[in-house]
Amino acid sequence: MNAKADLPSESTIVLHDVTYSINGKASPPIIDCISLEIHVGETLVLLGRSGSGKTTLLKLINGLLSPQSGDVIVQGRPTCEWDAIRLRRGIGYVIQEGGLFPHFTVAQNIGLVPKLEKWEPARIAKRVEELLILVGLDPHEFATRRPHQLSGGQRQRVGVARALAADPLILLMDEPFGALDPVTRAELQREFSKLVRRLGKTIVFVTHDLREALLLASRIILLESGHIVASAKPQDFLHIDHPEVKAFASCIDDLPGAIA
Amino acid sequence: MSPLQFFIGHRAEILQATATHLTLVLIAMAIAVLIAVPLGMVIVQRPTLRNIALGIASVFQTIPSLALFGFLIPIPFIGGIGPRTAIVALVLYALLPILRNTYVGLTGIDAAVLQAAEAMGMTNTQILWRVRLPLALPVILAGIRTATIITIGVATIAAAIGAGGLGTFIFRGVAMVSNAVILAGAIPAALLAIAADLLLAWLERRLKVA
Repeated sequence: MNAKADLPSESTIVLHDVTYSINGKASPPIIDCISLEIHVGETLVLLGRSGSGKTTLLKLINGLLSPQSGDVIVQGRPTCEWDAIRLRRGIGYVIQEGGLFPHFTVAQNIGLVPKLEKWEPARIAKRVEELLILVGLDPHEFATRRPHQLSGGQRQRVGVARALAADPLILLMDEPFGALDPVTRAELQREFSKLVRRLGKTIVFVTHDLREALLLASRIILLESGHIVASAKPQDFLHIDHPEVKAFASCIDDLPGAIA
Repeated sequence: MSPLQFFIGHRAEILQATATHLTLVLIAMAIAVLIAVPLGMVIVQRPTLRNIALGIASVFQTIPSLALFGFLIPIPFIGGIGPRTAIVALVLYALLPILRNTYVGLTGIDAAVLQAAEAMGMTNTQILWRVRLPLALPVILAGIRTATIITIGVATIAAAIGAGGLGTFIFRGVAMVSNAVILAGAIPAALLAIAADLLLAWLERRLKVA
């Protein structure tokens, strides 16, 4: 893919004074003058409460939303200069509940972007099989199933496989494990953290779950009402002296106390 | 004369009327689908046009059918006595259910699915043809089913303006005070409606995912 050829620098995504609000200047911005560099191969977790702007930030990266001011630069080019379709084909996207196409089989879901990119059918079939194995699903059993014949965990696995199909350099994940039961969630988180190390992709991962952030992140960014209030490696994150960090940390601390 | 005797004695004529009836319905439905489905696709993106289109289609559906035939007769080119006027009226009658269901079907799709499609780099055209339409198809078909049944019913009244069809027997039977003649029109019309309903319901089930 041409996306690989023009890789410019160590930062694959750069946000420069980015502001975004829904009704232009009328309402308070959802993203308020954020600057951020995301490096090649890192797993950046955007942590925050509902409404803190983390999903919005994600959508600014693949051009689902456009900033009111500032630049979002992906692979050396502002998103407003990208052809939106090309930009998105080069970025994998995983959402809560998977967003799988109910009228497609698992194989068709995974093979969609390759098909849009006009790959040979044989190459698509091979890629689909490869990806199903990668996400821990038996191709013979699952390729021809429809999404409604899958469990929640299996759907998310297919969602991850679909996002990886055309081998994008960047992966955006919006609370991909949020709707799963705790056991399945923990299972997928563990597997995914291994997968991440093998793949070497640049990943931007949105969650409101601090445990998940600590497990998966190489860096955690904490958002509060459209601002970055903390940025740290997971091992340093809990030592940050900021009320919102403490608020998140207390959710973990409280748990054993609550049980006892 | 018993209805059965009348049926047997006039079977060729009844069959002919059934064929005419079915032709009226099929032509009207084909035109209505060709207008309402694309129009439904267009109004998804345009709220102003949507209100106008749905409003006008509702008005046609509100006008009593015999009155609608009456309104059309004096209109030049499309009006007059005969099957052409009848088809115009039937089309106008069939528009609303198809238009409304096309719109509802296309807009009632899981937001996560549409967002995923957009985020994966599908163009709007690809999203419409590969995601929205296939997922909306059972709902659109339900609209076509409703419209077909309405059209089969309203087409019996088309006989009043000389369009032929099974209504001919019903009107003639009423004039002659003959149950046998009325039933010769009413029974095949009812059977047509039931058959169309079953056929389209079956098709709808086949197309439904999950």
